[in-house]
Amino acid sequence: MKEGWKELPIGAIIKEAGSSIKFETGDWRTRKPVLNKEKCINCLFCWVFCPDSSIIVENGEMKGFLYSHCKGCGICAEECPVKAIEMVKEEV
Amino acid sequence: MKIKALTANEAMAEAMRQINPDVVAAYPITPATEIVQHFASFVADGLVTTEFVPVESEHSAMSACIGAAAAGARVMTSTASQGLALMHEVLYIAAALRLPIVICEINRALSAPINIHCDHSDTFGARDSGWIQIYSEDSQEAYDSVIQAVKIAEEAFLPVMVTADGFILSHAMQRIEVLEDEEVKEFLGEPKTPYTVLDTDNPITVGPLDLQDYFFEHKRQEAEAMRLAPPIIEKVGKEFGERFGRYYGLVDPYRLEDAEVAVVVMGSTAGTAKEVVDKLREEGKPAGLLRMRVLRPLPLKEIVENLRDKKVIGVMDRAEGMSGFGGPLYTEIRSGLYDVPSHPPLYNYIYGLGGRDIKPEEIEEIFKELFDAAAGKEIPRVNYKGVRE
Repeated sequence: MKEGWKELPIGAIIKEAGSSIKFETGDWRTRKPVLNKEKCINCLFCWVFCPDSSIIVENGEMKGFLYSHCKGCGICAEECPVKAIEMVKEEV
Repeated sequence: MKIKALTANEAMAEAMRQINPDVVAAYPITPATEIVQHFASFVADGLVTTEFVPVESEHSAMSACIGAAAAGARVMTSTASQGLALMHEVLYIAAALRLPIVICEINRALSAPINIHCDHSDTFGARDSGWIQIYSEDSQEAYDSVIQAVKIAEEAFLPVMVTADGFILSHAMQRIEVLEDEEVKEFLGEPKTPYTVLDTDNPITVGPLDLQDYFFEHKRQEAEAMRLAPPIIEKVGKEFGERFGRYYGLVDPYRLEDAEVAVVVMGSTAGTAKEVVDKLREEGKPAGLLRMRVLRPLPLKEIVENLRDKKVIGVMDRAEGMSGFGGPLYTEIRSGLYDVPSHPPLYNYIYGLGGRDIKPEEIEEIFKELFDAAAGKEIPRVNYKGVRE
């Protein structure tokens, strides 16, 4: 639950340094990328092209998406050379 | 206390000298008044320790004021007319960031046609910007109000503009009782700021993007600050009176209590109108006057208390709000009286645009028309006094 007007600091200031890390923008999304791991060749084109650093890579392997920041732009699906990423409608 | 012969420009500049703000940022746009010029000489002569920032526009002046105030400084500036209009965008930012900045404002008309003389359209244009607005009847009040404004701003954490009528006050010399420097210093105390960006142990962000999920809450908070401002303005006016003998409130009623017909008026015209009220009283006519000293926040309670039982009210507007149904003060007073079940009929007199003189005889005519209306005669709702037909 976000703060009400009586709880917020004066003048719309932010009192905490580095608080932007808490600002999750994934809820802007209307379609979300879904990975088909069987097709994926770990070329990491998706990682290169993602404008929001939302591709999770571990030990050189594509592991999935950081949905708290992915805005569903679909660039990863567009660039994937083996069509391993599908954009599906986000359920509310 | 010293007695000096000063114009409102000089009196407001003198108040600024005594306040000795940490920062003054200003730009002399045409039609600027001499306040900044006088203050610049104080800086050059070493009479103040102020950091004076001569910027390249009024937009920049207010922006620099905001930066300095966010750093925790006591900040002032001065402007008039087009200068205030050029500040418009930034005025809202000062208010929403809750920075206690004070503007010494000289009321002058807005172009077009080009005019440098008195009317209230400049500050009425800034009516909704979130600034407290105090209008002066004379130069003494302008001087006194500038000093009070610093204290009001630092208690309400809202910026304040104090106005004086262009030329009529700004360039006319008047006998002014000037306080001792030490008295002003003691009255104001140390600057109080809502926050400071210079506290590196507690870093803050000022002015970040504030979207659908928080903007509304911040505006609600700002509105609450304005709602809570009237008792602060009254308290500071009373404290000033107790110390220095001149008391100030939100409104200034004159021979109003037993009046049947009243005019509502702002600025220097009140002085002329009070003379007319005296004359009418001598003739046995129950005339009275309500001067609006504070327009923002709107002193709703005082409007109702002072005007509810009048037979007829005339509202004198030194601005044309271009609303299509009367001047801006008229619509404010009309709205204020809406809650009075059988509210008195209200007539509007727009006058004095672009510095057109308003004469005692004209104010007498206004009263005559209002008394006629009280006797049952039909008169137009919105009238232009002193315009050539």
